[in-house]
Amino acid sequence: MIQFKDVDLVYPNGTVGLKNVNLTINDGEFVVVVGLSGAGKSTLIRSINRLVTPTSGELLVDNEDILKYRGSDLRKLRTKTGMIFQNYNLVKRSSVIKNVLAGRLGHTGTLRSIFNAYKKEDVGLAYESLKRVNIAEKIYNRADELSGGQQQRVSIARVLTQQPKYILADEPVASLDPPTSHQVMTYLRKINKEDNLTTIVNLHFIDMAMEYADRIIGMRAGEVVFDGPVSEVTEKTFEEIYGRSIREDDLRGGADQS
Amino acid sequence: MTNEKKTITNRDVPAIYPVKTKIQVSVIFFVVLAIYLTSMTWTQSQMAGGFTGALGNMFNVMVKFFPPNTAVIPAVWGPMVETIQMAIIATTVAAILTVPLALLAAENVTTNKPLYLITRTFLNILRTIPDLVLAVIFVGLFGIGLFPGILALIIFSLGILAKLISETIEAVDMNPMEAMRASGANVFQMIWYALIPQVLPQYVSLVLYVFEINIRASVVLGLVGAGGIGLILNQQLGFYNYPNAMMIIIIIFIVVIAIEYISTKIREALI
Repeated sequence: MIQFKDVDLVYPNGTVGLKNVNLTINDGEFVVVVGLSGAGKSTLIRSINRLVTPTSGELLVDNEDILKYRGSDLRKLRTKTGMIFQNYNLVKRSSVIKNVLAGRLGHTGTLRSIFNAYKKEDVGLAYESLKRVNIAEKIYNRADELSGGQQQRVSIARVLTQQPKYILADEPVASLDPPTSHQVMTYLRKINKEDNLTTIVNLHFIDMAMEYADRIIGMRAGEVVFDGPVSEVTEKTFEEIYGRSIREDDLRGGADQS
Repeated sequence: MTNEKKTITNRDVPAIYPVKTKIQVSVIFFVVLAIYLTSMTWTQSQMAGGFTGALGNMFNVMVKFFPPNTAVIPAVWGPMVETIQMAIIATTVAAILTVPLALLAAENVTTNKPLYLITRTFLNILRTIPDLVLAVIFVGLFGIGLFPGILALIIFSLGILAKLISETIEAVDMNPMEAMRASGANVFQMIWYALIPQVLPQYVSLVLYVFEINIRASVVLGLVGAGGIGLILNQQLGFYNYPNAMMIIIIIFIVVIAIEYISTKIREALI
C-alpha cells in the first residue's frame, strides 16, 4: 500500500512539482495517472521510489515513511519498486539478457555482479521473464538492434526479473506507435493481474487510460484534481483535468489493430 | 522592363554578411597579417645567414648522413625494443590509473562538486608540464635509464587520457544509469553495468592512440637520457657518427609507421 499524506514537492528552482497530495493506492490496483505535461505525473511516480524527494509531508510505502530513507534503506525500497521509462533506458551496447539481469542488481552483491556470477535461479528468472513478454528468442541480441516496442518489452522483462511489489511506468508508450502501445499496455495489464503487482502508469492518452485502468488519478499543476474508478470517468472529467476541451492528439487510437 | 527588374533586385537582396561583420573580419584579417609580417622580419634578422646560408650548410651536413651504416642494425634492436617496452609499460599503467581519475573528473558521475573540481585541477596541472621537462627532472632524480622515462611517460599520458576519457564519460546516455538506480543498484553496479559498456570502445581506442603518441615520445625522451633508442641516437650524433645515426632514424621511422598502421586498423575496427 502506498499512502501520500499532505505531500508537497518544490524543486530547487522554485517549480512546484506536487502540491498537497493525499492519495492511497491499494495493493493490486492498476492506476493510471493522467494530466498534461508538466502537471506533476512524473514527479508523483518518481517520489515513490525517491528518484525525487518531496519537500514536506509523509509518503508511506508498506506503512513506512520512505522520505527519511537513505543509503541501503533507499536501495531496498527501490528493489521493490520496478520502473519502466518512456525511452526504455536499456544499455544499448549490452545484450538483451545482460539488460534483463540488471534487474537483479539490487538483490545481488557488488562482487558477484561485477564478475557476472549471478545465481542460477536469477538467470533462470531472467529467461522466464523474457518468455513472458515473448521476446526470449532475442536473448543474445544487442539491445539497440531491437525495435522500440521490443525494447520496451525487454525493459518490462527487466522489471519482472527484479520481482518488485510495485511497478511504476513513466509514459511507457509515449515513444511507440498505436499498435505497439496497446501491446505494451496489454502486457502491463496482464502482469498486474497474474502477479497481483500494484501498477501505476503515467499516460496522457485519454482512450488508453479508459481502456486499461481500474482507477484514474487526474493531475493539474501538481495537484490531484480527480481520483476515482474508471466507471465514474466521462469526457467531461478529462476536460476538467486538462482545463480545456479534448483534442485529437489526446487520443492514441488504434485499439482495434492490436 | 529589365531596367525595372534590376532596381528591384538591388533594393531587395540583402548582403549575406552585415556591414559591421564585414568590417570586423577585415580588421582582424589585417591585424593577423601584420603580426605575421613583423614576426617574419624579426626572426629573419635573428637567423645568421638567412635561408640562403642555411641551405648550403644543410647540404653539407646531409651528405655526411649517407650512406646509412647497415652494420649497426643488430646492435640497435635491443634499444629499439626497450623503447617500445617503455611505451607499453607506461601506457598500461596510465590506462589503469586513468579509470578512477576519469570517473572523478566526470561531472555526471562525481556529483560532489569540490571533489570534481580538485580532480579537474589536478589533471590540468599534470598536462601543463611537457613530457620532455618531466623526463629531464626524473633523469636528474633517478639517473640515466628506462625508469625515469617510463615515469615521465606515465604522468604525461595520464594527463591526456584522463581528460579525454572523462569527456567521453560526460557524453554518455544517462538513462540506463537512472534505470539501474531505480532498481536498487549501488554506485559501483551502476558504473559497471550502465557506464562501462558505453565507454569501453572509446576507452580502448584512446588508449591505443596514447600508445602511438608514447612510442614517438619515448624516442624523444631517450635524447635527454631516458634510455631506449633515443639515447643511442643521441650518442651517435654526439660522436658525429652520421651514417649510424641515419640507420637508427630509418629504423625508428619504419617501426613507428608499422605500429601506427596496426593501431589505426584496430581503432577503426572498434568504433
